[in-house]
Amino acid sequence: MKAHSETTAWTLLFGAWLIASVSTLGALFFGEVMQLPPCVLCWYQRICMFPLVLILPVGLFPLDGKVIRYALPLAAIGWLFAVFHLLLIAGVIPESIKPCTQGVPCSEKVIEWFGFVTIPLLSVVAFSTIIALLILAHLRSSK
Amino acid sequence: MKQKTLFIAAATVLLLGFVGATLVYKSEKVDQTAQKADRNGNVLVRMHSPTLGNADAPVVIVEFLDPACETCRVFYPLVKKMLAENPDRIRLVLRYAPFHNGSDKVVAVLEAARKQGKFWPALEALLAAQADWAPNHTAQVALVWKHLEGLGLNLEQMRADMTAPEIANVIAQDLADARTLNVTKTPEFFVNRIPLPSFGYEPLKKLVDNALKAAR
Repeated sequence: MKAHSETTAWTLLFGAWLIASVSTLGALFFGEVMQLPPCVLCWYQRICMFPLVLILPVGLFPLDGKVIRYALPLAAIGWLFAVFHLLLIAGVIPESIKPCTQGVPCSEKVIEWFGFVTIPLLSVVAFSTIIALLILAHLRSSK
Repeated sequence: MKQKTLFIAAATVLLLGFVGATLVYKSEKVDQTAQKADRNGNVLVRMHSPTLGNADAPVVIVEFLDPACETCRVFYPLVKKMLAENPDRIRLVLRYAPFHNGSDKVVAVLEAARKQGKFWPALEALLAAQADWAPNHTAQVALVWKHLEGLGLNLEQMRADMTAPEIANVIAQDLADARTLNVTKTPEFFVNRIPLPSFGYEPLKKLVDNALKAAR
């Protein structure tokens, strides 16, 4: 029974790593290949996303449930920045408390697929899924 | 063991996907730029641009240049060397892309020097002294004047000339054309209307050599 729940926890953490990796490569593609300059809020989200790609595999080989403790704060803070960014783009948060004044304005939508998919939305989805997978993995491994 | 295989396979797929997408994106972008340059020949070369070399040369290099850009400074002698090695066969057309802060003012100074027939010496003097007048990537026009002394320029006249509206128009036109042609970094080169496939001296040299061969 224990071996089974361990496998499930491993798979969940692996899933979280996959999402972090796709997000990281996606961010690098936008920034380095398409040459879209990242705004300040994007940088903070990158700071929370990129380390997950390296931290999570350390906890996968061999499986170490403690990695969830180390990864969760990054994912949670990244999620907060992503939600803030999304609200900024949606216009829910007014201009006056916009944190970025120089360089690229964070409220600018550089990409809009299917009329609603923006980079901050992708970021919120990615961080939310990572958090969910980490919590599930925690529940599984502590059983 | 199975987990390790899965992880390595996933990492490989992701990396290959990234590299593949990058290659596809880049090749499409070069095609688009080439088409744009082809369709809008007049956007690429304007009558007002400073040129160097034989007017009937079979190979035309169009360079988008920012006088405050360090890479432009590095490339300038290399391009001049190409011209010198192929006398009368290459023409250089210079377009302005003053992307650095304050750089447009320096372009205006160069245009004012051009009115006195000393554009190229002024450009060379300013590129050589670039670190001095463009600290921290910010061009400070007040610092350029001392580097223009000794070229036989009438600096007083230049200060008056550089505010001329036609100079502002030239800069605005070049910036608009740069935008049309997707030029976002400097230097950017077009050799007989073909953009560089990837940035670097070697790709430029190859493109020029091919154009020279084709023109023979």
